[in-house]
Amino acid sequence: MTVTTITDAQLAPKDYASDQEVRWCPGCGDYAILKAVQKACADLGLTRERTVFVSGIGCAARFPYYMSTYGFHTVHGRAPAIATGIKLANPELDVWVMTGDGDGLSIGGNHMLHVLRRNVDLNIILFNNEIYGLTKGQYSPTSRRGTRSPSTPFGSVENPVSACAFALGSGARFVARSIDTLQPHLIGVLKRGHAHKGASFVEILQNCVVFNDAVFENITGKEVAADAQILLEHGKPLVFGKQKEKGLRLKPGKLELEIVTLGEGGVTAADILVHDETNRPLAMLLARLEPPFPTAMGVLYCNPTESYEHDVYAQKGAAQGKGDLDALLNSERTWEVVP
Amino acid sequence: MATSSIVRPQRESRDSVVIRFAGDSGDGMQVTGSQFTLETALAGSDFSTFPDFPAEIRAPTGTTFGVSAFQIHFGGRDVMTPGDAVDVLVAMNPAALTVELGDLRVGGTVIVDTAAFNERNLNKAGYERNPLEDDSLAKYQVLKFDITKLTADAVKPHGLSSREAHLCRNMWALGLLLWMYGYERAATIDWLKRKFGKKPVIAEANVAALNAGHAFGETAEMAEHMVGYVVPKAEVQPGRYRTVSGTEGLAWGLVAGMRAAGIEKMVFAGYPITPASALLHTLANLRAYGVITFQAEDEIAASGAALGAAYAGALGVTSSSGPGIALKTEMLGLAIATELPLIVIDSQRAGPSTGMPTKAEQSDLFQAVHGRNADAPLAVVAPVSTADCFDIAIEAVRIATKYMTPVIILSDGYLAHAAEPWRIPREADLPRFPITYRTDPEGFHPFLRDPDTLARPWVKPGTPQLEHRIGGLERDYDTGHISYDPDNHARMTNARADKIAGIANDIPLQTVALGEDHGKLAVVGWGSTFGAIHQAVKIARDEGTDVAHIHVRYLSPFPRNLGELLKRYDRVLVPEMNNGQLVKLLRAEYLVDAEGFSKVTGKPFRVTDIVQRIRGGAPPPSEGSGLGGEAG
Repeated sequence: MTVTTITDAQLAPKDYASDQEVRWCPGCGDYAILKAVQKACADLGLTRERTVFVSGIGCAARFPYYMSTYGFHTVHGRAPAIATGIKLANPELDVWVMTGDGDGLSIGGNHMLHVLRRNVDLNIILFNNEIYGLTKGQYSPTSRRGTRSPSTPFGSVENPVSACAFALGSGARFVARSIDTLQPHLIGVLKRGHAHKGASFVEILQNCVVFNDAVFENITGKEVAADAQILLEHGKPLVFGKQKEKGLRLKPGKLELEIVTLGEGGVTAADILVHDETNRPLAMLLARLEPPFPTAMGVLYCNPTESYEHDVYAQKGAAQGKGDLDALLNSERTWEVVP
Repeated sequence: MATSSIVRPQRESRDSVVIRFAGDSGDGMQVTGSQFTLETALAGSDFSTFPDFPAEIRAPTGTTFGVSAFQIHFGGRDVMTPGDAVDVLVAMNPAALTVELGDLRVGGTVIVDTAAFNERNLNKAGYERNPLEDDSLAKYQVLKFDITKLTADAVKPHGLSSREAHLCRNMWALGLLLWMYGYERAATIDWLKRKFGKKPVIAEANVAALNAGHAFGETAEMAEHMVGYVVPKAEVQPGRYRTVSGTEGLAWGLVAGMRAAGIEKMVFAGYPITPASALLHTLANLRAYGVITFQAEDEIAASGAALGAAYAGALGVTSSSGPGIALKTEMLGLAIATELPLIVIDSQRAGPSTGMPTKAEQSDLFQAVHGRNADAPLAVVAPVSTADCFDIAIEAVRIATKYMTPVIILSDGYLAHAAEPWRIPREADLPRFPITYRTDPEGFHPFLRDPDTLARPWVKPGTPQLEHRIGGLERDYDTGHISYDPDNHARMTNARADKIAGIANDIPLQTVALGEDHGKLAVVGWGSTFGAIHQAVKIARDEGTDVAHIHVRYLSPFPRNLGELLKRYDRVLVPEMNNGQLVKLLRAEYLVDAEGFSKVTGKPFRVTDIVQRIRGGAPPPSEGSGLGGEAG
């Protein structure tokens, strides 16, 4: 049989869409993420047959069904484990893990920790909507204290986990954050993550229109965005605000960030911290910023090293498959019984 | 029989002998037993071994829960089990004596190191008086030697510390036992020189201790009732043999199965758990055979990685023991829903929960056959011996890849560690069942079924134009897309059931292992109880009882003639190391009035247990203390 290989470099974003009807709620942030991923795929010229989307359970986990690539919709929280097996079996595949705050940080938190620490070459995209959507609105591990939900009618008394701080703490070597509606930025972050060899972790703040609508409005709202977000760029000063008039600097004598305004109190551009993607402590400080600080968007940390599966295959004798079975069975002491 | 020693005229003949070496977990009893096994094998005797060690890594010395034992049954005929009653007990300390004495037959021999029977050790073992100094051992022949001193004298020229010298005691005892049965020492000397290659002094000292023990037997100093024995060679099929443990058999069988299927890579994912870890360790050294091992963060991830590897076209294998298999349950459901091949090895241990980690049981049969949410059928097979572990692993790969299904291999803690002689197969003689990955896009959908096997196609991601999505959600029978249609779900549920049921047409018919295919009584077993049941049925038949032995290797689905076969006997007796699981499956499946016979002490069946039951006697008294442990 002859297979005509389509040159996927020429594919448009729509060519990465499957024939399945997309079934997220109207107005869900997931549509924007799907669009951004398909655009990133097209920009990167990904080969569909070599690309695999793996997911666990949740709204985000429906993602693979809507892509025209290979896809594996698995079970609660386990996508990183299954993706690890796929990469061990075939490191040539381009594997994406699509997960959510419940799937990736609650039921699958352990797997997320280990896949990041091992540095398996995966593109991990975590849709954070701070709620359990598919199970109808219970609070999630990223929900803020006080979140009222069917399972917390008096408000949650749990402290939320920061997805990016968790990833950094787990040893991830690429950690970034973006927003569903911040399209060009999101596409750029996805492409940076894809270019990274080893595990890349991208948190996307995603609006759940049904159960947690406008939960990020204090960060993403048109009126507040300029002051509530700081867009990170490697080698550039950490400034924000409508006129880029504000910046971040270290409090003198402390490992703590503070907001300063250029020109006020003798603050000059030289006082402002410059973003260094390769600095993990800085990334950790930035990951932890929350209102009234601006929320950090972009690549918080990028410091690649060889991936897990690369090192597995680089070890002596790995998976050669040519070993002599008879020699193995006859190893050690044998004896002959003669008729 | 080849032997270099002077065969004394008074050597007595024994068809078979059971020896148990017992001592502190630091006394090297497992090594002693293994080396005795090797010399036995090289002399041409048949054997069956059973190591019984504590869950504690290093229990406090001298305590009863730190006793480590190794039993070997060897001889010319009827060596089917590690043996019921012990003929010779080597007890290196009082704790070993008190724990193991119950299994020594009346009139049996006990060999003790008198130096170890000091007040401190006697107290730790719970003895108020020294059993060597009263008549409590009057039923046995007691050979009392100061092995500590005799060893110290033997190794003196090598200048060892007293602690190092003490560690050579096991070799002295081994030397004496090798003399008793007229066995060689050469292989052990070779082994010691290799093992202590970097410490030649230690090697020489151990050899000296070994030789001293042997010489002790030769000299006139021994007690008058200590005689040498001869044990005949076994009549076995000619060929090249080696010793194989169940763990080795499974590991090598998986490699052979992968090759037979023409699969390039195996991804074995496991998480440390007793007694399954040994398989991970064994396979970790087989990289040259295309094996990648992955120690996952937990049992769930291990099963997930194995399934991911299977999805990617490799042979995915995961392994654990009972409580770990419980954690893999969800992933098994996904493997069934997505119809991917997956090999799952369960080295069963006594439970529930963590139970007794180092003690064997057959109590995961229900878990394997039924232990999942919803109607989730899969294939289950069980090896009958350590040698069969090799063959069953190949068979599991065949079934998994041909039918696109998970296959559970029910091994157990006994098979994992026990060892038997094994006639080494040649790769060229092994079965071949090459698989094909689907590459043809024409008319493809992921749940297109083979009309014969009902298996769906196996597609490697990376194959152009076959991009598709699978998952745990129900799929449409005709398109493979997600479907919640009621009739379709019924159709898919039936298709999954029919696929597994259909395997019955592709496995051997159930045979009778011993006896006629009809009659008064069939004793039906499965798994590692083969030897004990077989021997018991043989004894009963020699007594004139109308009884047959049937051993079920395929537990899901059963061989298609099994029900009809069982109905040809008046009675069906099902001995199991559980509280009655196969017996319930047989009753449910075939409406036969099968009787259960349970043993749940964490120890294998004794032949006499089953013989007595066949004779219709009362249940035998429980034996042994079956010490459990905390770890694992």
